[in-house]
Amino acid sequence: MADQSHSKPVHHQEYEKKQHREEMKQQVLTFALMILFTFIAFGMVIFEVDSYFIIPTLIILAVVQVAFQLYYFMHMKNKGHDMVAVMMYGGVAVAALTIITFTSIIWW
Amino acid sequence: MSTAVAQKRGLGAVIWDYLTTVDHKKIAHLYLVSGGLFFLIGGLEAMIIRIQLMKPDNDFISAGLYNEMITMHGTTMIFLAAMPLIFAIMNAVVPLQIGARDVAFPFLNSLGFWLFLFGGLMLNVSWFTGGAPDAGWTNYAPLSTTSPGHGVDYYVMGLQISGAGTLIGGINFLVTIVNMRAPGMTYMRMPLFTWSVFVTSTLILFAFPALTVGLFLMMFDRMFGSAFFDVGLGGNAIIWEHLFWIFGHPEVYILILPLFGAFSDIFSTFSKKRLFGYSAMVFATVLIGFLGFMVWAHHMFTVGMGPIANSIFAVATMAIAVPTGIKIFNWLFTMWGGQIRMTAAMLWSIAFIPSFTIGGMTGVMLAAAAADFQYHDTYFVVGHFHYVIVGGVAFGLFASLHYWWPKMFGKVLNEKLGKLAFWPFFIGFHLTFFIQHFLGLMGMPRRYWVFLEGQGLATGNLISTIGAFFMAIGTIIFLINVVYTSVKEKKVSGDPWEHGRTLEWSIPSPPPHYNFVQTPLVRGLDPLWVEKMDGKEGMTPAEPLGDIHMPNASILPFTISLGTFIAGFGFIYQVDDPIWLVAVFAGMGLTLGSMLTRSLKDDLGHHIHKEELEEDIKKGVGK
Repeated sequence: MADQSHSKPVHHQEYEKKQHREEMKQQVLTFALMILFTFIAFGMVIFEVDSYFIIPTLIILAVVQVAFQLYYFMHMKNKGHDMVAVMMYGGVAVAALTIITFTSIIWW
Repeated sequence: MSTAVAQKRGLGAVIWDYLTTVDHKKIAHLYLVSGGLFFLIGGLEAMIIRIQLMKPDNDFISAGLYNEMITMHGTTMIFLAAMPLIFAIMNAVVPLQIGARDVAFPFLNSLGFWLFLFGGLMLNVSWFTGGAPDAGWTNYAPLSTTSPGHGVDYYVMGLQISGAGTLIGGINFLVTIVNMRAPGMTYMRMPLFTWSVFVTSTLILFAFPALTVGLFLMMFDRMFGSAFFDVGLGGNAIIWEHLFWIFGHPEVYILILPLFGAFSDIFSTFSKKRLFGYSAMVFATVLIGFLGFMVWAHHMFTVGMGPIANSIFAVATMAIAVPTGIKIFNWLFTMWGGQIRMTAAMLWSIAFIPSFTIGGMTGVMLAAAAADFQYHDTYFVVGHFHYVIVGGVAFGLFASLHYWWPKMFGKVLNEKLGKLAFWPFFIGFHLTFFIQHFLGLMGMPRRYWVFLEGQGLATGNLISTIGAFFMAIGTIIFLINVVYTSVKEKKVSGDPWEHGRTLEWSIPSPPPHYNFVQTPLVRGLDPLWVEKMDGKEGMTPAEPLGDIHMPNASILPFTISLGTFIAGFGFIYQVDDPIWLVAVFAGMGLTLGSMLTRSLKDDLGHHIHKEELEEDIKKGVGK
């Protein structure tokens, strides 16, 4: 890898460096946010916040965390992940449909 | 099949070769032979059902045995005949159509086959161990949870094992089609068969987990004393129905879509025209796959879901007629003005159009929820689904086998015998099932062991039985054709239909085990046709001649599957005697031990060297 980057022109090297720095910044930021979310979640449970507030908040935090994980740490925001996204959202849709059925038709 | 090779190498070596093979072409042979065998068993069960219903108050078989017959006929035909035969065609054709040397995971491909086979064998062993499953192929609770004996346990374990194999196969083809297309083969240049296999594999990926979950709950209810479906203990029997149909409705599209794709290729080849409305066909295929997940509850209109749920599912179901209609019209327009050749494959395909359309029409009738209260569980439903499954899937399988047989075995199936098999089957099919619509409207319920005299059902049932014998004659002629062709017919070139359009016709029949000497460069839809129109003989290679990396054969898929087979028996019989837990541990030990071996032992495959390829080219493989 090292000798490959040496063969690249200087401006390209700088561009890549900048990209990497940007990437690093995003990763650190999302990591910090995820830890913060976890503290908030635990905090709310420890301080016994009202459950009507706590449940939807926890779900929202969880969804955001999963999105961070997928898009920033597992690179779904980068190019070439269209098929992955289609399959994952397809699976989520089918699973959601099943849950909606069970809660609305079977167990109402 | 490979009789010439067998004589040279000895039977033992050939058997060992097939037990360990990871070559998609040989796995296609395995799927074809075992799927064909189960098709004959399922057909035999159908004949016994029809003989029992030949005359009023017949006592050809007992009521209990009749229940086992209908259950095993449905289960065998769907899971053990139609699915593997479709997998046979998929394995034989898809890697060739996209210009790949094998599927993405050859080891998993083999594992998928052996799991299916052992699951299928397990189901059929139940005939000899005190009774087959008898709760209908839908296995509704509480009938299934309270069914005495071990029949339903076999259903649960057998389908669980073969279902795992299907799921593995589906994922394999998804990854293959996404990642292994030849250079230039964009999504919108894929042949329609490959497209439909892609959509089918997605459906398998999303639908089969629902069956897996359902079967697990059923297994725990029957073997470990849980009460998911037991109303008396706070369970709910309707959960099984929903889980089964969340899987079951996509399943019927899993069955028909690959054959829609095959018909598209056949119509286009034998009309010497490109497929009419290619992008509309792709769109319709994807749309059918998508809508297929939103309609399952139309199997349950009479369960009592309420008018709102019924209406939603009724409307969604009727919507599927739109993309299907698009397809029917595009096939007709493909033939319109084409240079049509009436080969046996084309004959089956043309017969499919009106037959399937009748099935589609009765489908829309059944989708009207209010009317369905009349049709539900009558022979009208039986007539409907046999029109779509036989008129669509079985006709499609015969057509695809005729069309791709030379690519699989190097010989064209005898055309005269092919047409001779078609006519009795076609006539017998309509004779058997058309009358059943009317029997249903007259009030004959499905799954009943006998009907009585003076109900006006005798003539219709006799006609139906006569038709079934015609279908049996057609099937037997097809089998004779297979034997006759392998003995008498001559070897053919790579493009035996002469108007081949897609990549599989650019290589010899049967292809060398690495398929393509050099990966081809795809320059448009119907890549071979594009080259032919430019006056070239074959494909332009996309890479220089070089070493080819191929996977090694392995016995591990077989031992992994054998382990689940042994463990399955252990699970079934540990209810009677805990000593059977030994089988569970031995079986799972074999399975997990084989997996561990696979994980720890490096298997990097082998190379076919440039020199060997040059030798092959001299013998004429490249062209």
